[in-house]
Amino acid sequence: MSKQMTAAGITRRHFIVTVGAGSAAAAALIAAGPAKADLAMVEESLSKLIGDATAEDGAEIIRLDLPQIAENGNTVPLGVSIDSPMTPDSYVRHLHVFADGNPRPDVVSFHFSPKSGLAEASTRMRLAQTQNIVAVAEMSDGKVYRTQAEVKVTIGGCGG
Amino acid sequence: MAKKPKPRVKAPKSASAGEVMEIKTLISHEMESGQRKDRATGELIPRQIINKFECKYNGEIVFSVDLHPAISANPYVAFYVTAEESGELEFIWHDDNGEIYTHSQELAVT
Repeated sequence: MSKQMTAAGITRRHFIVTVGAGSAAAAALIAAGPAKADLAMVEESLSKLIGDATAEDGAEIIRLDLPQIAENGNTVPLGVSIDSPMTPDSYVRHLHVFADGNPRPDVVSFHFSPKSGLAEASTRMRLAQTQNIVAVAEMSDGKVYRTQAEVKVTIGGCGG
Repeated sequence: MAKKPKPRVKAPKSASAGEVMEIKTLISHEMESGQRKDRATGELIPRQIINKFECKYNGEIVFSVDLHPAISANPYVAFYVTAEESGELEFIWHDDNGEIYTHSQELAVT
C-alpha cells in the first residue's frame, strides 16, 4: 500500500500536511466571509414584497427546477414554472426567489403579465453554500403560494 | 468593467398568432456582487450589477425581472411571450451605474 502511494507521488505525511493546510485555509475563508442570511432575513425580504399576505402551501402549484447537487455554486440553474391559465382574469403577477444561506436573501423576482403566455422562466444564480431556495408566487386574485427546495452546494459561489 | 456589455437574444423572427414563444437572453456582465474583497487591498469591491431586465412588445412591458447580486455573471434569462401582432420586441437591461443596454428585433406574426 505505502509503495503504491509513493509511486503516485503522495506519501501519507504529504497528504496530511496538504489536506490540513487546505482545511485551515477554508476555515479562515469562512470566518472572514460576509454574514449569512437566514430564514428570518428571508421572511423580512418577503414581507417587504408581499406585505402581510399569508402564503399558502404552493408545493402543488409552483414547480422548482433545481439541481439536487450543484458542483459549482457560481452558476446554479434555476427554473420556475407555475400552473396558471395566464389569461387577463387569472395569471401569475410575480414570482420571487430567495436563498436562506447567501449573504443576502434576495435572488430574483420575475414579473409576468397575461401576455407572458406561460408562467415559466429560468436564470442562473450564485449559491454560497448548501441551502434552501424559497419561491413565492403572487397571483392576480391576490393569493400567495410558497414552496421550497434544498440545493446541496459542493463549491460555494461567492468568490473570496 | 473590462468590456462593454453585449446583449444576445434568441427569439423567433416569425410566429403564428397565439403562439407562445420562448425567448432566451444573455448579456455579458461581471455582476460584481459587492461581497468580494480585492485580494491586494482587502477592500470590498463595490457592487455593480444589472439590476433590472425588461421585455417590451410593441412598447408594452410584457415581462420583467428584478435581479439581485445572487444572479450569476453574464446573466441569462429565459421566458415566454404570446405572439399577437407583428411588431417589435425590445429588450432592456439596466446597470447599477445608470447605463442602459438595449436590443430590439422585428417579429412577423402570421
